[in-house]
Amino acid sequence: MLRLEKRPSPSRFWLYATPPVAVLLTMVVGGILFATMGKNPFEVIRTIFWDPVFGEFAFYLRGQLLVKAGPLILIAIGLALGFRAGIWNIGAEGQYIMGAIFGASVGLAVFPTESRLIFPVMVVAGAFGGWVWAMIPAILKTRFNTNEILVSLMLVYVAETILAKASTGFLKNPEGMGFPGSRNFSSYPAAANPELIAGSGLHWGGVAALVTGVLAYILLTRHQAGFQIKLAGQAPRAARFHGVSPTRLVVMCMGISGALAGLAGLFEVTGPAGQISIDFNTGYGFTAIIVAFLGRLNPLGIVLAGFLMALTYVGGEMASTNLGLPDAAIQVFQGMLLFFLLAVDVLTNYRFRLAVGAH
Amino acid sequence: MDFGGINPIILIATLMASAVPILLAALGETVVERSGVLNLGVEGMMIIGALGGFVVAVATGSPFLGFVGGAVAGAALSLIFALLTQVFLANQVATGLALTLFGLGVSSLGGQGYNGIKPPRTGPLLPDALADLPVVGPILFGHDWVVYFSIAMTAVLWWVLKASRVGLIIRAVGESHEAAHALGYKVNRIRLMCIAFGGAMAGMGGAYVSLARVPQWVDGITNGQGWIALAIVVFASWRPWRVMIGAYLFGGITVLQLNLQAAGSQFPVWLLPTLALLALAGDIILREINGKNYSDLRKVFYFFATVNALQLLYLSWGKWIPMPVDYLSMSPYLITILVLVIMSAGRRGTANGAPASLGQNFHASR
Repeated sequence: MLRLEKRPSPSRFWLYATPPVAVLLTMVVGGILFATMGKNPFEVIRTIFWDPVFGEFAFYLRGQLLVKAGPLILIAIGLALGFRAGIWNIGAEGQYIMGAIFGASVGLAVFPTESRLIFPVMVVAGAFGGWVWAMIPAILKTRFNTNEILVSLMLVYVAETILAKASTGFLKNPEGMGFPGSRNFSSYPAAANPELIAGSGLHWGGVAALVTGVLAYILLTRHQAGFQIKLAGQAPRAARFHGVSPTRLVVMCMGISGALAGLAGLFEVTGPAGQISIDFNTGYGFTAIIVAFLGRLNPLGIVLAGFLMALTYVGGEMASTNLGLPDAAIQVFQGMLLFFLLAVDVLTNYRFRLAVGAH
Repeated sequence: MDFGGINPIILIATLMASAVPILLAALGETVVERSGVLNLGVEGMMIIGALGGFVVAVATGSPFLGFVGGAVAGAALSLIFALLTQVFLANQVATGLALTLFGLGVSSLGGQGYNGIKPPRTGPLLPDALADLPVVGPILFGHDWVVYFSIAMTAVLWWVLKASRVGLIIRAVGESHEAAHALGYKVNRIRLMCIAFGGAMAGMGGAYVSLARVPQWVDGITNGQGWIALAIVVFASWRPWRVMIGAYLFGGITVLQLNLQAAGSQFPVWLLPTLALLALAGDIILREINGKNYSDLRKVFYFFATVNALQLLYLSWGKWIPMPVDYLSMSPYLITILVLVIMSAGRRGTANGAPASLGQNFHASR
């Protein structure tokens, strides 16, 4: 009979080995799932994980990788800061939508003025929109002790209602012949977020994601605030004695994650999505939760995890068009990855021992 | 007897049915949380139950077996959560979220090919003669069996948690798992059973959405009801009868906003903040009687009083508030937030009735 025994200190090996092991387990079980759906599992796994990087159309798909990874990394880094401190912002999807709406509103308000200042102001407005949306659960938590998980999640549904109203009402393209959706930013150069190097898929969102990764790493490892975040997560009592203010921590972590999610939304809506539409958001805010855990809540790990998750998106689309794999299968695949990650993670703090005789 | 285009009797009868999914899921989660486990995967278990129930009901032609299938599907998914948190000691918050993401994915994958199919109908339990009685007929006698089952479950769980030995053990495990372990109870095994029960209840609630409320298969059919169920457990201070009140309140709001959207601007929308104001005033008075702190609440009260006063000022010019009905669909979520604020304000730590070990994993070192 196997039994768990707590390790005296967390295993460094398993800390780094958990994500690859979880990915492998997901590939095996996912392969079985694909096989039961009547697909060749090896072909599907190759299409998802190999073809986008090294396959025939890799020259195009590699760019797509960066397009998908950018928002995921940007959102996940913000979430990870909070998760580390035990502050659970689950509503990044709503903050992402509100960032996009705020930023796009600024751009559309001054249409068709041409000025270099417009895009930077939109970026600030986008971050502000996400920040405001995250401040609602943050302030309710600090003032009224309200559960931030539930409030931030409820606000996703509220944001989706506002988005529907924005694309059919107050941000609707007046020259759109009655179709829902705002003006397209690709035809408005001052507010657009184009590819910076042709074919690379890199737009300002990707730049922001990589810069944020480095900044967040410095914050966590070299800065007082990062120390406080880690302390509050690992030893709340010690953090109180150290003089860490829970209120400030909640406001800071929620604020940063909200602003980053808002930024991601703005870059998406001005770049790859092109316009505010009812369904421009594709669940990045929720997938980013998986990315944050896959990256071990470590900013540099999250950058890697973001690319891996982007691979499942891009490869999943390939598998959907070439092999007829349903889109939902990829969603199941991603959810499974988080399960395996959480299960394998037990080995970081515990080890299995063969118990001789019943205890 | 209409009121702004809305018939109050039909409203009450409909809200009792529309509250069933949330009521069942929230009752299950109450037991789970009373045993010290925070399962945030209610939404995932509900939607899996919605699919499982739909598939079984369509395959067998029996709505009853459909509900059983929904419960089994929800319980099966919850066992993944139980395995991860009770055996592998994974973080409960993260695992619950994973359960929801996974459940949404699986339901959308498994639901392909079920669009546009009508499930077998769940008819009223009692003969029509009773349901045709004026006023009390539709409210008391016009429902299908699941509505009565959900009310019965409320009573049963109230009794079990309050007065039975099983309930005492569940509460002991939830309040202090160390003490329960020292007394010889298998903490993780008891929690596992509670989680499976919660999964079955959530699954059955989900099945009610796809078999009776909608009734057809739509992707993402539960639409956040699992999260509202979680909020209701907090609102109810982990007590079954209050869970029922909470579920009926939200069922009422959902039905009302749908009716309002249909009735257009005939209905005086300003009544909604007024109702919130009255609820707040009632809560403050109750706390005053009990001698509790309400200083935070008073600010919320002033805020709504101001909103209300401004609205009345505006109305006195003889106009309706130009509240676009499109925005009404967000009201259940906003009111959930408001209610959470009311319930949490001024109550720190375990003073709100939360089980003391909620969300903490237990590992028996000896």
